[in-house]
Amino acid sequence: MSEQTSMHGGTRPDAGATEVLEDTSNHEEIALETSGEVGEVLLEVDHVTLRFGGVVALNDVNFVIRRGEILGLIGPNGAGKTTAFNAMTGVYTPTEGKIRFKGKEIAGIKPHRINHLGIARTFQNIRLFPEMSAMENVMVGCDARHKTSVPGVLFRIYRVRPSEQELPPSGIRRSFAKAFGISRHTLEERAGRRRAMELLRFVGIADRAHELARNLPYGYQRRLEIARALATEPELVCLDEPAAGFNPAEKEDLMGLIRRIRDLGHTVLVIEHDMRLVLGVTDRIVVLEFGQKIAEGTPEEVARNPKVIAAYLGEPDDAA
Amino acid sequence: MSRISAAYRGLKLGERWDHAPKPVRWFVMLLVVAFAFYLPFLNILPFAYVRTDLSTSGSDWSSVLFLIVIYMIVAVGLNVVIGLAGLLDLGYVGFYALGAYSIALFGSTNSPVVKSLQNRFGLSEEWAVPFAVCIPIAITMSLIAGVFLGAPTLRLRGDYLAIVTLGFGEIIRITARNLDQVTNGAAGITQVPVPPGPEVDGRAFFNTIDAHRWYWLALTVLLIIIFLARRLENSRVGRAWLAIREDEDAAAVMGVAGFKFKLWAFAIGAALGGLAGLLFGAKQQYVEPNAFMVQLSFLFVAMVVIGGSGNIYGALLGAFLLTYLPERFRGFVDWRPFAFGVALVLVMILRPQGLVPSRRRAREFDDRRQEAEEAAADV
Repeated sequence: MSEQTSMHGGTRPDAGATEVLEDTSNHEEIALETSGEVGEVLLEVDHVTLRFGGVVALNDVNFVIRRGEILGLIGPNGAGKTTAFNAMTGVYTPTEGKIRFKGKEIAGIKPHRINHLGIARTFQNIRLFPEMSAMENVMVGCDARHKTSVPGVLFRIYRVRPSEQELPPSGIRRSFAKAFGISRHTLEERAGRRRAMELLRFVGIADRAHELARNLPYGYQRRLEIARALATEPELVCLDEPAAGFNPAEKEDLMGLIRRIRDLGHTVLVIEHDMRLVLGVTDRIVVLEFGQKIAEGTPEEVARNPKVIAAYLGEPDDAA
Repeated sequence: MSRISAAYRGLKLGERWDHAPKPVRWFVMLLVVAFAFYLPFLNILPFAYVRTDLSTSGSDWSSVLFLIVIYMIVAVGLNVVIGLAGLLDLGYVGFYALGAYSIALFGSTNSPVVKSLQNRFGLSEEWAVPFAVCIPIAITMSLIAGVFLGAPTLRLRGDYLAIVTLGFGEIIRITARNLDQVTNGAAGITQVPVPPGPEVDGRAFFNTIDAHRWYWLALTVLLIIIFLARRLENSRVGRAWLAIREDEDAAAVMGVAGFKFKLWAFAIGAALGGLAGLLFGAKQQYVEPNAFMVQLSFLFVAMVVIGGSGNIYGALLGAFLLTYLPERFRGFVDWRPFAFGVALVLVMILRPQGLVPSRRRAREFDDRRQEAEEAAADV
């Protein structure tokens, strides 16, 4: 199994020539600014049990996500991965136990607040805003960190003293901006557009930035979801089956992308079905089965764990 | 079919407009605005047929223009609620009434509120709140009403919200009729104040006879409102509304505070409704509960829906058609409800997204129709 962790398997003949990832983005623009230290506990799933009526979806599940790591959450179908995921992003409230993000309990907090705390996610079944362009989709994400609301937009009442490079080059506009400042709305829009474009470049779909999300090819849509999630400047990015429907070449690209996301400063949680990808990209893996954690460790440890092999790898359905 | 394809060719015109150079666009817009201001005096023959006062039974042309513009303000406001935020508000007339009653209650020497204020503070009998102060009062009152109505009800979706707002519109009207001590009840309030201005020919600048000045005033207000509404559309707020409309749950996960922005949409709509009501009340110089029947709410919604929800210019067109046509063809007044019904049905069948829809909205409609067809095929 461990040889699958090698990333440089050479290009395959079927490598999707149209969807080669090229990261030409300016990383300073999109890198995450955070005060946290690598290795500290970021999210803590503390003996969480979740019941729906008589069904126990999660049973005393217990693990942590540390800042700066890529954690994989795997398990056969119906193991409770998505349930755990939903509990972590505030969709479900645990019946017992607690989920803490940076020491703060997140049960009962509204989804948009959880996003503001620093957790973003993608969806297993893509849920973009189909009538918005790729760019606008990402800008909605950028807006999560912006403050201008209706009064600011209507009357431009919040003025900011601009720095030298934000000033218009010359003319009346320049003197006006010097005298009265630039509205926060304008600056935020500008920064949002710039950041959105950098993120699209980062995930490799900048060539179709102004196309409607609904018209983008499947692989682009998946990456757009990731870009949109990153735009909210999350400390923890949760990817729900990001490789679903990808061919092997695209999966390789995705692994590279996930690593680069971590290099920007984000912590990544990946839920994935595809063992090859999970073993290849993650630092640690948590394995669920029937709502219980059956193993946790490095990819090598997990791959050798007999329980995991019995529960998961032995199943031909999931080997694909 | 050919009619439909012809209508789609209209969309391309919109694209051409988008690609026109900025000076051209400014020039065309300036021409349109100048023409709009000139309209009351339009008397050159082939064009003069648009006037509504050609026969003796016709209504005063400037007054009709004024009403069109008032309803356009309403349509722009309601378009924010229905078209942008996707909330069906069937009680919009309530805010319109609140605006009109605000200026009447505080600005008219005939209103019980002003009289009690006079007694309380020993003011002269001519005293009333000045017109300029009535404007913020009216806007604030309707805005607060919007927030009070929206805060508990915006958690409802779709039909439920429509029912609650429908009730609200009626509550305002019936309250105005029954609160004799405050609103003079069914008798209404006279002597609603007018904006100050120099006297011309021995009459106040804004009077009931020279309606074209009212029209100019309303038109100026409308232009400012369109400018502000466009600002909203192309901003964080507009994107948030669009995101909520498309996928509310995904928007929430992306950090969009859905409730907050929906409440803003509601409040903005309410404030614009109140402003339109204020202008209407001032022009009429008389406010009574029967001017704010529930039918008016339906008319407002029809304007936005027929014109094309989500697009300011669509809403403007809807307001124009539904106000102008009945006035122009007053001779067929008995046929009005019939024609109105037929027009609505035809629009719903041939062009459910409205005459001049926003491009996004048109596609959303297509998607939903497809989904419905697929669902029907599955059954």
